[in-house]
Amino acid sequence: MPALSRTTAARALLAPLFGLLLGPLAPAQAADVTLLNVSYDPTRELYQDFNAAFAKHWQAKTGDRLTVRQSHGGSGKQARSVIDGLEADVVTLALAYDVDALHQRGGLIPADWQKRLPANAAPYTSTIVFLVRKGNPKGIHDWNDLLRAGVDVITPNPKTSGGARWNYLAAWGYALGQPGASEQAAEEFVGKLYQNVKVLDSGARGSLTTFTERGIGDVLISWENEAYLATRELGPDKFEIVTPSVSILAEPPVAVVDKVVDKRKTREVATAYLEYLYTPEGQDIAGKHFYRPRDEQVAAKYQSQFSKVELFTIDEVFGGWQKAQTTHFADGGVFDRIFATRR
Amino acid sequence: MSQSTSLTLPSASHVVPRQRSVLPGFRLSLGFTLFWLGLIVLIPLSAVAFKTLELGWPGFWSAVTSPRVLASFRLSFGVALIAAAINAVFGLVFAWVLVRYTFPGKRLLDALVDLPFALPTAVAGIALTAIYAENGWIGSLLAPLGIKVAFTPLGVLVAAVFIGLPFVVRTVQPVLEDLDRELEEAAASLGASRWQIFVRVVWPVLTPAVLTGVALAFARAVGEYGSMIFIAGNVPMVSEIAPLMIITKLEQYDYAGATAIALVMLLASFAILLAINSLQAWTARRTGRPA
Repeated sequence: MPALSRTTAARALLAPLFGLLLGPLAPAQAADVTLLNVSYDPTRELYQDFNAAFAKHWQAKTGDRLTVRQSHGGSGKQARSVIDGLEADVVTLALAYDVDALHQRGGLIPADWQKRLPANAAPYTSTIVFLVRKGNPKGIHDWNDLLRAGVDVITPNPKTSGGARWNYLAAWGYALGQPGASEQAAEEFVGKLYQNVKVLDSGARGSLTTFTERGIGDVLISWENEAYLATRELGPDKFEIVTPSVSILAEPPVAVVDKVVDKRKTREVATAYLEYLYTPEGQDIAGKHFYRPRDEQVAAKYQSQFSKVELFTIDEVFGGWQKAQTTHFADGGVFDRIFATRR
Repeated sequence: MSQSTSLTLPSASHVVPRQRSVLPGFRLSLGFTLFWLGLIVLIPLSAVAFKTLELGWPGFWSAVTSPRVLASFRLSFGVALIAAAINAVFGLVFAWVLVRYTFPGKRLLDALVDLPFALPTAVAGIALTAIYAENGWIGSLLAPLGIKVAFTPLGVLVAAVFIGLPFVVRTVQPVLEDLDRELEEAAASLGASRWQIFVRVVWPVLTPAVLTGVALAFARAVGEYGSMIFIAGNVPMVSEIAPLMIITKLEQYDYAGATAIALVMLLASFAILLAINSLQAWTARRTGRPA
């Protein structure tokens, strides 16, 4: 949301000012600690719960009173705010590409940030599913159904939305997995899919609104956790979730921002904060908010919540985010080509 | 002013002291004005230009002439111009009604005009989308006629008209209030028809104000993001506005590419505004009013 990025930018500008003004007045009490977690859009509810749980845990362990502030927005926008000086102790973004940018553009974290925490630094995962209208009137069951004439598909613009890139790559991976498929066949498949897309909102929440509130489209390609949240919040009598046969393993990564925690002397608590995501308690909160837990025992508990789906990773099919970005989403990439040849 | 008076003075052999303006503080206020303009306007804008320089000419050219970017320029500038023209007509009518007639609820109507100024643009965008979507109040009436507004370029136009309306109304209104009615009465007593009075007496006086309003409405619509992004649909080559292309570049961490598009928009807007201002000065001269 533009309004949000404006507030984050304003905060980035004002925070040091307030620091200067209030610094001398603050009592010399080390017991009050604050962290800023800069995250992407659909994690609002997850981190509200998690922050409360961790603050309790941290106080029990060290006696310090911890306040975790949250900032939410489009993943790329959030990464840019941090590069431009928003003092995030930790980032919890939608894709590794945006965290990579903190290293490449800002020098804020080392190149091997993804190795510092278990499981590619992604404590919880999600995948890409379909949200359809109640009763599934268009009979949508798998990716190839999205190509049929007369099926209106809603998905955000991959150029501006991290979630939309996962959607696109999931469709590509499915097409590539078909018998006798080639890169060219996959491009045709995805091209046909986007011919059925009439509205490309700039972010995932925007698409969700278009589909649910405006009543546009027959199927919304969506994060699994968003789809569950939508059906729960907006009424299970209106929407249904369809899980395709194959989808992508979406790994939203987390990282401690080294430059910031060293400056603010918060490395210890910031690291503990992210590590707590991997504990059974943290994993349970993720599961409650419809993210797939990494921990096998916790995952088993939430197994019935999710449908079975064959998952592939971005590393297996696309050789990682940097490569996927250059091939598909950069200017002149495959996504541009799809729309250039279409008209 | 001071220059022209000193020229008319028959300067004698003794040195004439430099003519001072009647108002004190000229140098101080001009200095402050230039400093402020530099700080608030020119330095940020020059940063746009400098950042663009990183690209070099070929990079710049390919960034701003790719088909998608060109399509977005066409949409943003085209829509802004059409919307400004629509607002010129309806804004004038609106101002006319507000100034020339008294009717119950006039105050309320007057206050409502400013709403598009005051509303956060994102709210305006979401409200417009909700109303013009196929299941919205207006959208559901238009859908059977085969007219789609939300998620098409037409939707972008609706948003542009919405945000631009107050500019024309608020610039025309005071001029219309100051307009000497005796002039119209004199014209009428000399036998001019109503149409002639409007075209020959009223319109020439209003033209500069209308043009100012059009220029402001245009400038606002070209750079508008918040109210348009929700209603546009954002389909490449069809309904992507130019500011979205800037966001798209930023999303790829391509700061220089983003500023390149911004620079083109800036220069094009500046050229169009300059043209409108010259037109305004010309019409003002023609009717013998100060520009």
